[in-house]
Amino acid sequence: MKGTEAFQELLPLLGDEPVVHANGFICRESFSIKDREENFYMIGSMGLASSIGLGVALCKPDRKVIVLDGDGNVLMSMGTLAMISAEAPNNLVHVVIDNEVYESTGKQRSISNAVPLEQVAKSAGYRQAVRVDKKEEIKPAFEKLMNSEGPVFLLIKVEPCFDPKTGRVTHTPEEITERFMKSLR
Amino acid sequence: MALITSKSFIDRLIQENFKFFTGVPCSLLSGLISHLEEVEEAKYIPSVREDAAVGLCAGAYMAGSMPVLLMQNSGLGYCLNAFTSLNLIYRIPVLVIMSWRGQGGKDAPEHIIMGDINQKLLETAGMDYSVLKPENLDQVLETAKRKINEEKLPYTLIVEKGLFDERH
Ligand SMILES: Cc1ncc(C[n+]2csc(CCOP(=O)(O)OP(=O)(O)O)c2C)c(N)n1
Ligand SMILES: [Mg+2]
Repeated sequence: MKGTEAFQELLPLLGDEPVVHANGFICRESFSIKDREENFYMIGSMGLASSIGLGVALCKPDRKVIVLDGDGNVLMSMGTLAMISAEAPNNLVHVVIDNEVYESTGKQRSISNAVPLEQVAKSAGYRQAVRVDKKEEIKPAFEKLMNSEGPVFLLIKVEPCFDPKTGRVTHTPEEITERFMKSLR
Repeated sequence: MALITSKSFIDRLIQENFKFFTGVPCSLLSGLISHLEEVEEAKYIPSVREDAAVGLCAGAYMAGSMPVLLMQNSGLGYCLNAFTSLNLIYRIPVLVIMSWRGQGGKDAPEHIIMGDINQKLLETAGMDYSVLKPENLDQVLETAKRKINEEKLPYTLIVEKGLFDERH
């Protein structure tokens, strides 16, 4: 499956959950398919979507919080998988679009072909960690994890397909903060 | 003798509604963290890296908490990208309590350079700070709260050796 197909499959499954996006392609793809007030588009601070999501999850225990991450971002902050496991927020769902490359910067290889990230998450202590390769598996896997006690991890293996014509997030960072916070109140 | 007790300082921050604490330890901040682990009203979450702590604080802030990041100045290097590409442009404030190792060139070799440049780095990034003293505590906290609540920007309190009681 192509990365874009994973987004097209996944995004319609969302309700009003806050979603913290990793930088690069992840933000841009999600923004151009469907912009939502509950989306936090992290355009810089590579690697921190997971820790931002952890902070939201700990301070909003009544909301399901989703982190939409990339393999390069996860590899940069593997220690955060340990923090998430240690704090174990039962409302955190960590979804990773794993294309085995840094797609946003020109498809240079990451090392997630050699490191099964779902096993890393499982060993760190996530309650469940699931890997899917096919488009049809996304919906059942995501719905099951959304109804499970977190923290849970969904690794979606995709092929790179980024179209550089895909638009950038047009909201200013300040606007993103403002509307994301409003959606959390 | 500590100039400000860890207990009184943490209790003051809690009273000012800072209740979400995280960071990576420094011996100069050990009394603060020990006290945090004992109080009911606040949460202390151990972070594995200072930049992850910045992310954690950003999430906590957007979800309605007032976060505090405790770190050694050696963590400042790890945080600069997070401060410049997250906090400063998104207007996500955080109160940073940063210990000053290497002050005056008298410390272990690994602290000397950062001890010399930590303020310059903050200034270059356009981030306000104060060196905390017993006599400026009230005024500095007012300034920090203004920066955080009105400008929605980070504020750093620099902690010299001997300011707080250490516990290790
Ligand atoms: C600290 C830092 N290093 C490098 C970059 C450049 N950069 C932006 S996006 C990106 C790739 C992110 O990779 P991944 O999480 O796998 O997402 P993908 O682009 O593959 O969807 C990189 C390396 C950056 N923004 N920040
Ligand atoms: Mg990738």
